[in-house]
Amino acid sequence: MTRQDVRSLGAGRVALWCGVVGACLLAAIALGVSFGAGKVTLVQLLPWGPPASDVDLDILLRVRLPRVLLAAILGGALSVAGVCFQALLRNPLADPYVLGVSGGASIGGVLALVLGASSGMLRDLGVPLMAFAGALGALLLIEWVATVDRRLTVYNVLLTGAIFNAFSSALIYFVQSLATLEELRDIVVYLMGRFPVWELERVAPVALICVPVLIALYAMSRDFNAFSLGEEAAQQLGVDVERVKRRTFILASLLTGLAVSVAGLIGFVGLIIPHVLRMLLGPDHRILLPTAFLGGGAFLVLSDLAARLLIAPGELPVGVVTALIGGPFFLYLLRTHRRRYGF
Amino acid sequence: MASDRGVQLEVADLAFDYGRRAVLRDVEARAEPGQVVGLVGPNGSGKSTLLKILSAVLPDYRGSARIDGQEVGMWPRRELARRIAVVPQEVSFGFPFTALQVVLMGRHPHLAGLAFESAADIECAHEALERCDALGLADRVIHELSSGERQRILFAKALTQQPRGLLLDEPVSFLDIRHQVDLYDIVRELAAEGRTVVTALHDLNLAAEYCDKIYLLRGGRVVAGGAAAEVLTYANLTEVFETEVYVDTNALTGKLLVTPLSGRVRQQLRSGDRSRPSDAAPEA
Repeated sequence: MTRQDVRSLGAGRVALWCGVVGACLLAAIALGVSFGAGKVTLVQLLPWGPPASDVDLDILLRVRLPRVLLAAILGGALSVAGVCFQALLRNPLADPYVLGVSGGASIGGVLALVLGASSGMLRDLGVPLMAFAGALGALLLIEWVATVDRRLTVYNVLLTGAIFNAFSSALIYFVQSLATLEELRDIVVYLMGRFPVWELERVAPVALICVPVLIALYAMSRDFNAFSLGEEAAQQLGVDVERVKRRTFILASLLTGLAVSVAGLIGFVGLIIPHVLRMLLGPDHRILLPTAFLGGGAFLVLSDLAARLLIAPGELPVGVVTALIGGPFFLYLLRTHRRRYGF
Repeated sequence: MASDRGVQLEVADLAFDYGRRAVLRDVEARAEPGQVVGLVGPNGSGKSTLLKILSAVLPDYRGSARIDGQEVGMWPRRELARRIAVVPQEVSFGFPFTALQVVLMGRHPHLAGLAFESAADIECAHEALERCDALGLADRVIHELSSGERQRILFAKALTQQPRGLLLDEPVSFLDIRHQVDLYDIVRELAAEGRTVVTALHDLNLAAEYCDKIYLLRGGRVVAGGAAAEVLTYANLTEVFETEVYVDTNALTGKLLVTPLSGRVRQQLRSGDRSRPSDAAPEA
């Protein structure tokens, strides 16, 4: 064993990789703001660049920037939620949507779309707010059902979540069968995942909800490592297993619920980014969680950019892009790395 | 009472049920600092359950289970984990940690908050790996190790925890004979340092060689407790394990030597055949 190994385990390594992945995120944000349907680019903001008109500035700072930042935050949130659910279930294939909260959020969102279709105001903010309420409702319901003898059993959570998701799809189909054609289109686009056109002032609260949740989850990262040995072994290492499970379930569900409420069901972010980072950096959650946030953000910003550019001036739902990239990539990973996980 | 090197473990009137099934009944047992205490008995006799109760993962027991005079449930978890380390029978690993990372998890109760392991922690893990003849496995991914190698890693993790007491649940079940003896030699060293060890084990000869005190369990009750020679008697063993055994003294060590008898030999004994079983040709 050399000094190199000793150093490679420490905080310096976290800082280094956060720097690397963070630089990717910044580059992604710069690209995301620079390209779009309009011909205006970030270079125009530089003092020596070509002059920018007020309209150009508006496009950059009021149209593209909020959307890109939203993508960065929600991509990070989904990716972190993925890491946490995977730690909780001790399974690298767990997805943030597996535990049912996304079902609750989509019911809320879809109901808001149908009920509020006539009113512009309700339609704009009502969808995310009702979706978030749906996510919270699902969270409380699943926690209540899955708690037996004051203990949250992971398998109960998984089962309850799967059943709840199936139930909410049925409910959504039910609503869809009553909806008008126009509403139907909105519902489909919403469920496939797309970013709303929001001002920066509206992006800020999303970030403000995320930050404390992310910090609280990061504070448990060493417990997640111990969790990898199983609940009993973690307990024997001094981890308050019940508290960690409950907190993780609630906090990661909040992140997921928030992401679905704002941007619909964007798949694969929470699956692929944690997986790739685990392959690159190993499974230590102290390095995985912060890099997952940065990496998930970068991935979703770039996916959103692709969604905007691929059929410009039209726009693909971003969830379609992440699934089109993510699906095949994930199959490739499974095929090449299955031995490691014993599939 | 409480030693600064070891812990005192004491259960009295202990009972535990899994659902409606009684797993432990009226168990009385104790282990003092410097002692290696063995738990032997058939599968399902309650050995693992007893160890789990002592490590506070099964809180719903009745009666008392005390560590240094205090009920296990009353200990703060971290405090308890600094005092007592557990080597489980087997662990399924959720993620591909390296062996060194797993061993370093033993430092978990000693680290504060988000701290990374210090050079001293890593040194401690290396020492434990070296002691378990597993330094060469340090960088290997835990999934790729054999069951026996994994068992040594789990033992090294427990050593890295620097506990005063160790609870071992069949820690050598996958080990080759050399590593079995090596592991229990380390256990004896730990006891000589004043630590307390309680180990469940199936190998009665290892129990006789290494344990200061042995509890023989059957159906959740302690049938006998005491020195190996008093507990591992022909009468006790045949009754508890419901099979025939041959009990002798190891000519070299003077310790007990227990040999379970095969069906062939048992049959021969039943049929009153006076010739030594070894004279008979084995069945084709």
